[in-house]
Amino acid sequence: MGDVLKKVPVREQDAKVRAANFEEVCYGYNAEEALEEAQRCIGCRNAQCVKGCPVAIDIPGFIGKVKQNDIEGAYQIISASSALPAVCGRVCPQESQCEGKCIRGIKGEPVSIGKLERFVADWAREAGIKPEGTAEKKGKKVAVIGSGPAGLTCAGDLAKLGYDVTIFEALHEPGGVLVYGIPEFRLPKEAVVQKEIENVKALGVKIETNVIIGKSVTIDQLLSEEGFSAVFIGSGAGLPKFMGIPGENANGVFSANEYLTRSNLMKAFRQDAPTPIMKSSKVAVVGGGNVAMDAARTALRLGAEVHIVYRRSEEELPARVEEVHHAKEEGIIFDLLTNPVEILVDDKGWVKGMTCIRMELGEPDASGRRRPVAVPGSEFTLELDTVIMALGTSPNPLISSTTEGLEVNKWKCIVADEQNGQTSKEGVYAGGDAVTGAATVILAMGAGRAGARGIDEYLSGHGGN
Amino acid sequence: MYQILQARELTNNIYLMDVQAPRIAASCLPGQFVIVRTGEDGERIPLTICDYDAGKGTITIVFQVVGASTYYMKALKAGDSFHDVVGPLGCASDLTKESADELKKKRILFVAGGVGTAPVYPQVKWLKEQGVTADVIMGAKTKDLLILEKEMEAVAGNLYVTTDDGSYGRSGMVTKTIQDLVCSEGKQYDVCIAIGPMIMMKFVCKMTKELNIPTVVSLNPIMVDGTGMCGACRVTVGGKVKFACVDGPEFDGHQVNFDEAMQRQLMYKTQEGRAFLAAQEGDTHHGGCGNCEG
Repeated sequence: MGDVLKKVPVREQDAKVRAANFEEVCYGYNAEEALEEAQRCIGCRNAQCVKGCPVAIDIPGFIGKVKQNDIEGAYQIISASSALPAVCGRVCPQESQCEGKCIRGIKGEPVSIGKLERFVADWAREAGIKPEGTAEKKGKKVAVIGSGPAGLTCAGDLAKLGYDVTIFEALHEPGGVLVYGIPEFRLPKEAVVQKEIENVKALGVKIETNVIIGKSVTIDQLLSEEGFSAVFIGSGAGLPKFMGIPGENANGVFSANEYLTRSNLMKAFRQDAPTPIMKSSKVAVVGGGNVAMDAARTALRLGAEVHIVYRRSEEELPARVEEVHHAKEEGIIFDLLTNPVEILVDDKGWVKGMTCIRMELGEPDASGRRRPVAVPGSEFTLELDTVIMALGTSPNPLISSTTEGLEVNKWKCIVADEQNGQTSKEGVYAGGDAVTGAATVILAMGAGRAGARGIDEYLSGHGGN
Repeated sequence: MYQILQARELTNNIYLMDVQAPRIAASCLPGQFVIVRTGEDGERIPLTICDYDAGKGTITIVFQVVGASTYYMKALKAGDSFHDVVGPLGCASDLTKESADELKKKRILFVAGGVGTAPVYPQVKWLKEQGVTADVIMGAKTKDLLILEKEMEAVAGNLYVTTDDGSYGRSGMVTKTIQDLVCSEGKQYDVCIAIGPMIMMKFVCKMTKELNIPTVVSLNPIMVDGTGMCGACRVTVGGKVKFACVDGPEFDGHQVNFDEAMQRQLMYKTQEGRAFLAAQEGDTHHGGCGNCEG
């Protein structure tokens, strides 16, 4: 038995080796390690960790089953609350959610809840165990827009309640950000994402790809012509933001969305993929979130020297601690308190560098973080051939502009009740990034779950037909 | 899914296909486009919609073979299927938002270059269905590269065909025909819609600016998803950054920064890139420009 104040360490691919491949970084726990880590959970009666989980998984409950070596039992407890446990065990920001509230964390390290969840989900997948079946059919059709974390969760929950659910996906492959956004080395597509999607399908959920709601068909048509009684919008984040600095349309400047979509969805990281991706030698990724880390670590694996350029300090980096740690291990260079001013372009229109300015932290701003202020006269130039902007997104107007009576707020996000996902339009519910702006997989799943609850209440009551 | 009902070569290396895509056929309007994939790992290829039949549930696409993906596409025959067809993408042509009465008051000129004839055709046809006749200039490098002449003749008011080398119809670039019509043949136009290779649209806009004819162009930049998510298709219009896939593909041609747009089309066409892509049978073609040699 190791030090009870510390997590059982998790095995990872060596940093130098993995910096040159797209295989998964973290190997996860084996059965022995999981059992040992599970013993660290003291099974609090008033468990704080559950309160930190956006989908309120019965964490002491499933860990209790792991302790008894009943992994299938543990899986059924988790899958009662989460449609995507193998995904969440890998990409949730546990340190600010379940693990952040763990009592063990007061005196030592919290229980490694994320790694245990991953172990249980991976074990169940390998053992071919599916989530438990569905209720009696209700004979009512629900449309879910988007097959990302919000849509899959909402669809899974509704199918379990007996609804006839169809997911409409705009891209050619289901999964949303799990497929186009998060890289293979953090979330394997075939082994993990596709299998979890199959689990949702096994509940009876149909997925129609290549349908763009608002273009191929509208929400009003789904409700009036295609026999759907309710709709859940989980269409995701939207259009990438750029800085608006000179040189941003030069060849070699990409949004992180484009760069990651080429590599992840279109498999451009593989030599034989028909979709091209820029072969860069020196890359700056502007931004400090998970998407910035993903883009940086992708560029590194494609052979480039990579700098993260972020205007605040390390403390304010919005990315998961584990991602920052992994990025550093792999050799990503962090240029913190640094802000781009101009992208320098050669006479053929290609990026040749970026002028940046040093920043210092001033008084706290509206977000509560100390506001970065430029240091006058501190400009310097980074020589580069590629700049990747990872600055977040603004909402896609495709759905809001084509749906009668759907209210949006001043940021153009869809207005929806946090408790049940209800929008301003009867029978239409929404959740995830389309409502909140870019956030995390698990928050979107929480919203998908709330939306399913709202739709069930609506269709069980007077509403719907 | 997405079965091909008809496939034929229109002319040297330019192909036409009717494809089953009922949702798209029922909802598309002139000016919009689709993205297709031929196989499981295929590239997403944006193509303009040349025609559509909501009753049959089919759309017609036209493409020129310029790289590996379109090379594989031309091998598809009637009875085969596309792996994916998604759409309609982009905004419908502004013309479709005006009433027939308003349209009838306008003297409309279309300028179609090369494969750009395909997206011009449904607009002219749609106008004809509203009882509006529009003049059309169709240009190609040489006689063998002209497409859809008969079809266009059936829907256009006056059709002027020109070839760069004078092998058929008038002789010279489309810009010469515009100039001849307006300056020497007494024609007047209130609006021009030009679709073709980027370089053609640039020079048409230069000409129509001088002639004071408001001009709409349809841009075909590099795209990945086509739904606004990636920003690869960004263009500068009137000093502002627009996404061709959701804000376009049609824009005020007199406001478009064509030099930037043309340079961005070359993103994956560096010497090294060509060799690299050729080696792995890659493809950088993104939608019927009619001008590049692959």
